[in-house]
Amino acid sequence: MNIVVCIKQVPDTTEVKINPQTGTLIREGVPSIMNPDDKGGLEFALQLKEQYGAHVTVITMGLPQADAILREALAMGVDRAILLTDRKLGGADTLATSSALAGALRTMDYDLIITGRQAIDGDTAQVGPQIAEHLDLPQVSYLEHLEYDGNKTFTIRKQTEEGYQVLQMDAPCLVTVLASAVKPRYMSVSGIVDAYSREVEVWNADKIDVPEERIGKAGSPTSVFKSFPKSLKPAGETFEVSPEEAVELIVNKLKEKHII
Amino acid sequence: MDISQYKDVYVFAEQRDGVIQNVAFELLGKARDLADTLGEKVVAILLGNGIKDKAQQLIASGADKVFVVDNELLKDYLTEPYAQAITQIIQSQKPSIFLLGATTIGRDLGPRLSARNVTGLTADCTKLEIGENRELQMTRPAFGGNLMATILCKEHRPQMSTVRPGVMQRIPVDNSRTGEVVDFAPNFDMAKINRVKLVKTVKEEKSVADISEAKILVSGGRGVGNKEGFQKLEALAKELGGEVSSSRAMVDAGVMEQSRQVGQTGKTVRPNLYMACGISGAIQHLAGMEESEFIIAINKDKYAPIFNVADLGIVGDLHKIVPMLTEKLKTMK
Repeated sequence: MNIVVCIKQVPDTTEVKINPQTGTLIREGVPSIMNPDDKGGLEFALQLKEQYGAHVTVITMGLPQADAILREALAMGVDRAILLTDRKLGGADTLATSSALAGALRTMDYDLIITGRQAIDGDTAQVGPQIAEHLDLPQVSYLEHLEYDGNKTFTIRKQTEEGYQVLQMDAPCLVTVLASAVKPRYMSVSGIVDAYSREVEVWNADKIDVPEERIGKAGSPTSVFKSFPKSLKPAGETFEVSPEEAVELIVNKLKEKHII
Repeated sequence: MDISQYKDVYVFAEQRDGVIQNVAFELLGKARDLADTLGEKVVAILLGNGIKDKAQQLIASGADKVFVVDNELLKDYLTEPYAQAITQIIQSQKPSIFLLGATTIGRDLGPRLSARNVTGLTADCTKLEIGENRELQMTRPAFGGNLMATILCKEHRPQMSTVRPGVMQRIPVDNSRTGEVVDFAPNFDMAKINRVKLVKTVKEEKSVADISEAKILVSGGRGVGNKEGFQKLEALAKELGGEVSSSRAMVDAGVMEQSRQVGQTGKTVRPNLYMACGISGAIQHLAGMEESEFIIAINKDKYAPIFNVADLGIVGDLHKIVPMLTEKLKTMK
């Protein structure tokens, strides 16, 4: 079985802070990480590899520094790593991103494609289902549990607001995975050592099977018209008082607001 | 694409077990506003099985016209039959704008539709307005909620957007409103539909009321520490007649269930009272609660960003203050 996992390098948005004076973003020192949902997807792939002997490829589209997450994936145990990087791919929205990744996938063998549900820097949850559409594959999103019959059928537990659904589909197909579904393994020590001597294939736009008008800025139906800092409402009063006084303050406010 | 041929504001009227979801009514409220600005119609798309009689609810909440696709293939949501039916409506009717709820269904269906119809989709919009050139301006949080970005879909139609439940306001129900109900019969491609089989749908009996519906939330973060800490919050919530919610940190730590998570990756809430206990106020958390009517924050760290959005901030130990407050409220009854 061939599994391809699509991963993305993202700024760790939980580390992003706002300058309280200016209300602007403090970008310095924000670490880049493998997107958590993608890492969950990678763990599922590696578990299938252990049980059924799958060949696991990771691919990312991004800047050259995304090499770091591919090395991390190699150290976790994947067989092949591809960095899709090209200026022509820049400025892509989700549709153009999914077109480019689908173009890369068309040149590869796959039975199962795994993506994260969403990336923490955009939270759109769009690229996975869009890849499935471009490749005319069935898809199940919000995967929280996966079983494989060893032949070609996957049984998937999909999270919903009310509980879950159990769905079945045959390879080839695509799933999008929730980070909370699985605990990703750590990189092994020997894996880390090896990861830096192994090859990360670097692909440019010529290597993928997709028309140029479908990728990058040209292939993006949406564009940013403007961006602006979020307007925060003026802060209320803050008190540093004894617990007794704090309780008094809270009770008075709750009364004033007719909450009690 | 000749975009001048595209008109009207379409809403995907999500239903589950035959019950139209609140988010659909909220989207109709916004669609009404957009359509009135454009001088166009609001059109709802209702898919399901045995649901035709629900169309009037959509009209009463702002729709001028409802396309109903009533078919047993659409009884439970599945990506492919829903995508096929809606794509045939989009291609025959040419909507200018198409709105979906940012639910597990809308976020599965939306991207599939955008790719199939080769158009843009903007996720989790918090503001939708019509610009000078009659284009839809879609504003959403970017970079983990740190910035707001206004997105356009200039040369492709429909202009698609998802909106989270609880963000837009529905209009008052008016049962005297009239509208047109149209049965639409798509041609289903069964070979594609049969690729995914629904084995079962399981509803988990949740003791939890939905936190996005709660009027009072007592919410805990890292400072609460553990399950014992949350028991203090639960006691207070019970006294106030509210629910307990949580920051992502406590969900990741396995202390609280994900369904109670507030924030960018959790739920958006807008209660009358939000009490943030031991929550530092990461921007992702603020994104999910800052529209709350009244916010009280208790935190040891006086520099915690939560104090920037709190109406009343208390620098102190929640483990002392919360139980004392609970006791105080008990004596006041």
